[in-house]
Amino acid sequence: MKVLVAVKRVVDYKVQIRVKSDNSGVETQNVKMSVNPPDENAIEEAVKLKEQGLASETIAVSIGDEKSQDVLRTSMAMGVDRSILVKTQNTLEPLAVAKTLMKLIEKEKPDLVLMGKQAIDDDSNQTGQILSALLNWPQGCFISNLKIEGNKVSISREIDEGIENLETSLPAVLTCDLRLNTPRFASLPNIMKAKKKPLDIIDIDSLGIDTTPRIKTLKVIEPPKRKAGVMVSDVKELVKKLKYEAKVI
Amino acid sequence: MTVLVIAEHDNSNLKSSTLNTITAAKKLSDDIHLIILGSNIEELANKSKVVHLLSKVITCDNEKLKNFLPELSAPLISNLAENYSHILAPASTFGKNLLPRVSALLDITQISDVIDIVSNDTFVRPIYAGNAISQVQTNQKINLLTIRPTSFEKSEDSGGDASIEEISFVDTDLKTIFINREVSKSDRPELGNAKIVVSGGRGLENSDNFKLLYELADKLNAAVGASRAAVDSGYIGNEYQVGQTGKMVAPELYIAVGISGAIQHLAGMKESKVIVAINKDLEAPIFNVADYGLSSDLFQAIPEIIKELDLLNQIES
Repeated sequence: MKVLVAVKRVVDYKVQIRVKSDNSGVETQNVKMSVNPPDENAIEEAVKLKEQGLASETIAVSIGDEKSQDVLRTSMAMGVDRSILVKTQNTLEPLAVAKTLMKLIEKEKPDLVLMGKQAIDDDSNQTGQILSALLNWPQGCFISNLKIEGNKVSISREIDEGIENLETSLPAVLTCDLRLNTPRFASLPNIMKAKKKPLDIIDIDSLGIDTTPRIKTLKVIEPPKRKAGVMVSDVKELVKKLKYEAKVI
Repeated sequence: MTVLVIAEHDNSNLKSSTLNTITAAKKLSDDIHLIILGSNIEELANKSKVVHLLSKVITCDNEKLKNFLPELSAPLISNLAENYSHILAPASTFGKNLLPRVSALLDITQISDVIDIVSNDTFVRPIYAGNAISQVQTNQKINLLTIRPTSFEKSEDSGGDASIEEISFVDTDLKTIFINREVSKSDRPELGNAKIVVSGGRGLENSDNFKLLYELADKLNAAVGASRAAVDSGYIGNEYQVGQTGKMVAPELYIAVGISGAIQHLAGMKESKVIVAINKDLEAPIFNVADYGLSSDLFQAIPEIIKELDLLNQIES
């Protein structure tokens, strides 16, 4: 079984983001960038499948500018065998990302595609679902448990009501929840080793897909700030304020 | 211009998220159709046709649609798409699972998690866990939107008189088998829809201590929520998680107990009208968004609050 993992480079989840003063977007220059957190779970799962002898090869793919090589090196330091960067200076919409991945899938012929359930920058939560539909492969979204036996895939999905259990088959597209596993830290020797692992760079134009944006961002603004609150001295005061000032109980 | 709303339901009742989505649709058009895909939904269709604002209820009733597998639902919706200017679904795990597939089948970029509708082609959505708000415009021939339920009021579920139209089921070659759904039963209000939410974090220390929170919730007729840390630690099920990758809530009152207030948690609750934070760590970022902060040991504070509430009730009765 060959596993392909899609990885996005995003502003690190601990960074307090800043909206650009011209309201054109969010400041990403000179900001710490990292692997999109749920993509780390996808990487971890792929590496585990390899360690369990279920995966024969693991490939990480990222779409972005030169700097996205970082997240591919991180993926390989965590244990992925090799990686591919699809180079573009543009920000791609989920539909275009899925079409790009599809081109690579036609070439690499993986049996399983893993990715995070959403990217924490754009928060779209679409790419895996779109890819599954384009490929006409089974879809498993927001998974927190995965078991593969032969061709059979058993998954648990985190849904608003609780957990949904499904059984499906390979090939499949699965999107990972943060609770799927605990991503490992790359050790220094593995970081060194990852530098020697193959990283192919291909230009997005060579794939012959239309990635023209369909959506125009008119402006990006800061959310309204909440007005400063007060500290209360004890429970009595709190309950009184909720009852007579805020009138919410 | 007609708008199609995809109903989220459990085969017997509409989820409240559907009613929020219908209100969003009203901002676009007066001609709103609701599509219900499910199994044994005749009664549900009859209940739905009186929902205010609807002109038509479209149903597809088939045993195979019982568990809402998106591989089966998406083509049924995309087949109808050309009749509509906009197709809306709630931005719940149901809508998130389904609408991007419709987007793929129609080759149209979906706009996720819409919190405001400026005009027929201009929409507002949060990005970066709500730390930035993006206004976007599209000129695609059909607009696909998932709607954040907490950003729109619920439409009335009575007073309407829509027609019902049944469409025939078209099968899809499906490789997925539904096994089961593990749903926790609770008499408390639904988390996404409750007037008051009492939420617990890592400060609760274990699942047993969450009982304290349940007791407080029951006194206030509140829903229970949790931070990701509490869910990850196994104190409580994933369906209670509030935050960027969990549920979005916007109740009248949100009481955060033993929650430090990571950006990702704030994303899910900072639209609440009144926020109370109870935490012994005065430096906890949750206090920055709280209207009322109490720096105290929660194991003392919560029983005291319950006692105060009892006293209040006695005075009133």
